[in-house]
Amino acid sequence: MEKKRYNNIGRGEFLARLGAGSALTVAALAGCKPSTAKFDPYAVDDEDVPTDKMEYRTNPRTGDKVSILGYGCMRWPMRKGDDGRDELDQEKINELVDYAIAHGVNYFDTSPVYCQGKSEQVTGIALSRHARDKFLIATKMSNFSNYSRENSILMYNRSFEMLQVDTIDYYLLHNIGSDIRSFEARFIDNGILDFLIEERAKGKIRNLGWSFHGSKEVFDHILAYHDKVHWDFIQIQMNYSDWHNARGRNVNAEYLYAELEKRNIPVVIMEPLLGGRLSNVPNHISARLQQQEPERSVASWAFRFVGSYPMVLTALSGMTYEEHLQDNIRTYAPFEPLSEEDKKFLFETAELMLQYPTIPCNDCKYCMPCPYGLDIPAILLHYNKCVNEGNLSRSSQDENFRKARRAFLVGYDRAVEKERQADRCVGCKQCNEHCPQRIDIPRQLRRIDKYIEDLKQGREF
Amino acid sequence: MLRKFRIVAAAMCFVLITLLFLDFTGTLHAWFGWLAKIQFLPAILALNVGVVLVLVALTLLCGRIYCSVICPLGVMQDIFSYFAGKRKKNRFSYSPAKHWLRYGVLAIFIATLAAGFGAIALLVAPYSAFGRIAHNLLAPLWGWGNNLLAWVAERIDSYAFYSTEVWIGSWATFAVAVATLIVVGYLAWRSGRTYCNTICPVGTVLGFLSRFSLLKPVIDTEKCIDCKRCARNCKASCIDVENHTIDYSRCVVCFDCIDNCSKGAISYTLRCKGTTKSTDAKCNADAPADNSRKNFLIGTALLATSAVKAQEMKVDGGYATIIDKEAPNRKQPLTPPGSWSARNMAAHCTGCQLCVTVCPTDVLRPSAELSTFMQPTMSYERGYCRPECNKCSEVCPTGAIKPISLAEKSSIRIGHAVWKQKNCIVITDDVDCGNCERHCPSSAITMVPMDENNPRSRKIPTINKHRCIGCGACENLCPARPFSAIYVKGFSEHRTL
Repeated sequence: MEKKRYNNIGRGEFLARLGAGSALTVAALAGCKPSTAKFDPYAVDDEDVPTDKMEYRTNPRTGDKVSILGYGCMRWPMRKGDDGRDELDQEKINELVDYAIAHGVNYFDTSPVYCQGKSEQVTGIALSRHARDKFLIATKMSNFSNYSRENSILMYNRSFEMLQVDTIDYYLLHNIGSDIRSFEARFIDNGILDFLIEERAKGKIRNLGWSFHGSKEVFDHILAYHDKVHWDFIQIQMNYSDWHNARGRNVNAEYLYAELEKRNIPVVIMEPLLGGRLSNVPNHISARLQQQEPERSVASWAFRFVGSYPMVLTALSGMTYEEHLQDNIRTYAPFEPLSEEDKKFLFETAELMLQYPTIPCNDCKYCMPCPYGLDIPAILLHYNKCVNEGNLSRSSQDENFRKARRAFLVGYDRAVEKERQADRCVGCKQCNEHCPQRIDIPRQLRRIDKYIEDLKQGREF
Repeated sequence: MLRKFRIVAAAMCFVLITLLFLDFTGTLHAWFGWLAKIQFLPAILALNVGVVLVLVALTLLCGRIYCSVICPLGVMQDIFSYFAGKRKKNRFSYSPAKHWLRYGVLAIFIATLAAGFGAIALLVAPYSAFGRIAHNLLAPLWGWGNNLLAWVAERIDSYAFYSTEVWIGSWATFAVAVATLIVVGYLAWRSGRTYCNTICPVGTVLGFLSRFSLLKPVIDTEKCIDCKRCARNCKASCIDVENHTIDYSRCVVCFDCIDNCSKGAISYTLRCKGTTKSTDAKCNADAPADNSRKNFLIGTALLATSAVKAQEMKVDGGYATIIDKEAPNRKQPLTPPGSWSARNMAAHCTGCQLCVTVCPTDVLRPSAELSTFMQPTMSYERGYCRPECNKCSEVCPTGAIKPISLAEKSSIRIGHAVWKQKNCIVITDDVDCGNCERHCPSSAITMVPMDENNPRSRKIPTINKHRCIGCGACENLCPARPFSAIYVKGFSEHRTL
């Protein structure tokens, strides 16, 4: 097996891999130790992002060549509109889509409810500028609040209109698995599943599947429909952290994947990066990963992990910035699967991460808008940021307490508007049912609020 | 030499006092807070006998040094006058004193104070007039400057600066500050220290004393060639060259004349003359609070906060609209812990805005009511009186808010909370809440089931009034908008737990 471990290469070879010959000379003259060199994933910008090396997976049923990197359309870039409000930045979105397609990405995943209900429209506009055979479109039946047959069909038809297409390549029953009753209410009792099967027969839907967050029992139950319905693909949350240690209401990805592999059902991966939590990691975790692969980004590990499983059709990434897109394209073009040893290393890394008490929020914003105006994801993300940066004090006696306190409090006001902070939570729990990660949001907010009060009031803890 | 010394001392005092009104963090007060406390009128209102005696003694010894060095409004006029002098040289000339005006204004000032209209009288008080100008006109600029630095800091991941909200608590007071600046600035630009020598009550009192001062600038008739250069450059217009006399009641001992005289005919010397008798300035008003609450001007300004349109269907992301909170009409206004009573506040406060400047949660704002005009009042739409803060009591120079420790503060009851059933979201939205109970620092609120026979019915707050300190945490954090379902009623006399 080819070894790429920093431990196993000589110093000269290591520096040469850093890229520049001149750097080598300078470093050698300065007597600089390689271990102090800073690794920047984007320092190789002079190297072109390849346009023709994308890894494709074949859909065994339709023969579609699907790029292993799928574009998640849930996190499109925003900008300040003329009225001062945030709005989607169509111009930027067009550029991102153009760039993605030019570099071989062809799978785009959206939903009627993403981006405050605007995602399908902006994605449709961006894609309509390309030939229909250049992209595969995936969207969903997101009939959460009103699941009458009428409303559901309305939502279905609207997707075609918004996306400006005649066929939908991949259609999903959105976010099922929390309980069987709600699945039946949304898709069985109102006859929507039968309707969608008919639509597939007519060729309006090319592949029918579902996205899953929930318990094992419900997964098994809905998977059992396979014999009758014949699921063309299934979308699951999978990453090296959830493989063995799924948190909240998620099932270990190892189990989910094995079940799907057994039935030969192609798998679409969501949250390969856990909303960035596997990329924005504490320093020593990022050091640990980059020590192994100095030239690769932290995020690349997560993408290579899911790509290393052959049943995976595509891994979705909600890429807001071009840098994200470039980094992910580099990871998958060309793609180099992980060895068993690499995977083991990642599972150990996941165990190390678990020691950091972050809240498993992936910033999907399903909980929003909170009826009482809170900015829930911003609060949780700020908390996680402080955890990762070592600014969450376990005790007021900590050595860096004063610095950590200031970073937490000043950063909090920057991250979250005053009127939308945790102390405003009334505890109505309306958010909890929307959270795919099953976070008890009011409980977490109360815990954070108490911590903030401890900091503000200078209580000993 | 003397003049240079005076200018340096005045500049230092002026800059530091101005900074007291700009520093919203309140850290500077620990070092230079005393500069506010040695101001004449605040010291009298605070019954600070020591400071008053020292200032009286200083004036009897050296003349109105106070007016040219310590008083920030005086120094501000000098700055205006300096720039006017750049445009036009030798612009002053002697004018006789307007005794009737000076003593008339002083008499009215004292009478108004005594009659309980302190708020009106304080319009002409020099220190607080300057405070209002600095707080209303300079502090916003300072705040924006700070916010710019905070913006930069945020982008370089530094926590050195944090942004603050720039907020004009009362437009009425803001208007007063603008008007004061225009009047005082115009007078200074045109004719130097006119304000100090005709209107300012402190100037009049000190002017009366300085007539008997030990050290004075004196004209040596032997050397004087009657060139009038001194008189033309005297911003107090008090040098009568024809008679070789100086009106010491108006002279602010700036030493400009000494430096201007090419013949060295003016010197600052000891000249005992007549008896020096200490005069007690009777500015001590124990004005009873006038409780006829007439809104003078509704000037509460609220900076518009972002409003986001409501969603049509449940989609992901976005924010619910936040309607700005509105202040309830409190029959008895809230005064900060340490002020002890509305009467004490009305009797001692000069409306200088120092407490408003340092209040970190925008609880304090100048009152818009006639009887307490410009004096601080509290309301909880933007924040509440935090348990870890006693800044207003630390900075107050007049004893309107007396110093209290945090422990004392936690036991001072400035009012008590009242529940308004019709606004409570437990009733209107049929949801669980209890945010008031969760945030009450004195555990005065207990949630109880609405239906006593059904322990699982929704819970509503009950308030143990005797434990409530009136901090407003419940009112501020109540989700009901624009009017909270729980609000604080003020006490005219504070109590302790």
